[in-house]
Amino acid sequence: MVFLENFRIALGALRANKMRSILTTLGIVIGVAAVVAVVSIVQGLQFMISNELGGLGATFVLIDPDFGRAIPGVAARQIKLTWEDGLAIKEKVPGVRYITPVLIGQDKVKYRDRQHQPDFVFGTNQDWPEVANYGVEHGRFFSRLDLETRKKVTVVGSEVVEELKLGREPLGKEIYIGKYPATVIGVMEDKGQSLGMNYNDLVYLPFDSAVGLFGRESANLVRLRLQAESPEDVEQIKDQIKALLRQRHKIPAGEPDDFQIATQDEILETAGAILRGTTAVVGGVVGIALLVGGIGIMNIMLVSVTERTREIGTRKAVGARRQDVLLQFLIEAVTLSLLGGIVGLLLGWGFGVLAVKLLPGDLPPAHVPLWAVILAFGFSTLVGVFFGIYPAAKAARLDPIEALRYE
Amino acid sequence: MPLIELRDLHKVYDMGAEKVHALNGVDLDIERGEYVAIMGSSGSGKSTLMNLIGCLDTPSGGKYRLNGVAVEELDDSALAGIRNREIGFVFQTFNLLARTDALHNVELPLIYAGLPRAERRARAQRTLERVGLGDRMHHQPNELSGGQRQRVAIARALVNEPSLLLADEPTGNLDTATSTEIMQLFDELHAAGNTVLLVTHEADIAAHAHRQVVLRDGKVLEDHPTARASRPAAVASPPAPVAPPA
Repeated sequence: MVFLENFRIALGALRANKMRSILTTLGIVIGVAAVVAVVSIVQGLQFMISNELGGLGATFVLIDPDFGRAIPGVAARQIKLTWEDGLAIKEKVPGVRYITPVLIGQDKVKYRDRQHQPDFVFGTNQDWPEVANYGVEHGRFFSRLDLETRKKVTVVGSEVVEELKLGREPLGKEIYIGKYPATVIGVMEDKGQSLGMNYNDLVYLPFDSAVGLFGRESANLVRLRLQAESPEDVEQIKDQIKALLRQRHKIPAGEPDDFQIATQDEILETAGAILRGTTAVVGGVVGIALLVGGIGIMNIMLVSVTERTREIGTRKAVGARRQDVLLQFLIEAVTLSLLGGIVGLLLGWGFGVLAVKLLPGDLPPAHVPLWAVILAFGFSTLVGVFFGIYPAAKAARLDPIEALRYE
Repeated sequence: MPLIELRDLHKVYDMGAEKVHALNGVDLDIERGEYVAIMGSSGSGKSTLMNLIGCLDTPSGGKYRLNGVAVEELDDSALAGIRNREIGFVFQTFNLLARTDALHNVELPLIYAGLPRAERRARAQRTLERVGLGDRMHHQPNELSGGQRQRVAIARALVNEPSLLLADEPTGNLDTATSTEIMQLFDELHAAGNTVLLVTHEADIAAHAHRQVVLRDGKVLEDHPTARASRPAAVASPPAPVAPPA
């Protein structure tokens, strides 16, 4: 009963000082808006990453040249990873089901008078659909025979078909990838955009053709992708590949690898760690914002208590107990910060949606999880209680006689 | 058993260097239905006495029985309860809540009494009608005249049917004509059976009471019935003539 009345009194007091209430709660609004905006974007990213990479399966293994080491390590040794390494793995490491090279480059594609710059050109082999868990919609992927007979063939994404106006029957049409003519034999299934790559805007070439297109040197820095026979084999396969590549690359004991091996889980873990780090940093900033906002609330509540000293005296004279006065001012502070939390939540969600729309690149849709909503409300309530308790206690402790006499 | 029973009441304020004896052994009994004026010059201790009787403060020594309850033994929360149920305050400066209409102001003690909203409303309305403000319920204090504000304050003091109406210079901020109206209201309330305790330094206001207690230096100097005490307290008595202002 008294609680409800106190809530009504608090709302009345806040309404009586509209401008002041808005300004006071702005700190909380900004803090909560920031956290919700960032969480919504990060959550969207995380959602997308696990969606994308999760599709690769638990038997997926990735081997990349350690590009990171290639930059400062000029003095040491030329970083190298070749398809010969891949073939050696296939031959010597048991439990490897499929392995493909991936050569990634960029060049223009042409069809008659149409020209288009696809996201990337992938040079790979016939096992790519099995390794990437992602196949063709129309036609077929390259076969072993295509590769062995060096057929000039290509498989493209749906957006390439559109951009080049290949029409409803793209199969059999001859396009140019750079200076390299190839017949379209397949169109990949729709996969959309993710992680800064538009899968529908890719062009696939047989590995040897890609090497021909991008030059001999490009064959020294290929990426390898493989699928193991079973998830239990993955760790063992990783160890064996590591040993084999170190041996083939003649890396002395104690020297670091010049390649990186990662499983799907490790990739997910790395991506997750980056996102968690971002969230933590932003969380810290937001914590400071909420602290500042809370101090603002405490400040205005102290002013309010002083302004309303006579009111407090009157309330006490007609029978308000200390806890009634305490509750009244505490509810006022919490209402103030909670309103900030609600407005901040809506604003933050709006910012998240807006940021995804306005920022360049293919960001996933903003996603505000329930825990962020609860956290936003929980935190703003906590801030209200924490910074409201001192002014409220001050009001509750006022001596009624002094308070009634206050001018 | 008297309503108020004060025995050897002391109040000492510790002002650091010196101790101020605001009350120096006050003995006083007030019965139910009495109409008492407490008088005294400033510094006589009448404000201190009013604060103690009103349970806004506790004595340093002596005994205070209100309705048989030993007030000096009560804690803060219990004192608030006593103020809520037993005492109706009327202040010189009205002390109404700003930006709050008359009805809500009058409701205030009932909120702390924990009454349901509908009952609070009904009682506050009845009480406002009783003090002649039935048509001003939804006016805020700044839309009311001084006399009307004091009537709202009196309604607030009455609404929880307290044992004691305690008025501290209730006409101190009002002009003569309005003062007369307000004192007539007190006369009526007394006639209707309320115990009224006025604290004032004005003789013509004190003259409305049936008993005068004069304080000096924290002690009771005089305690005597007034001229009006001899007259029967008729419920519908016409307003008594008031001495012209000095």
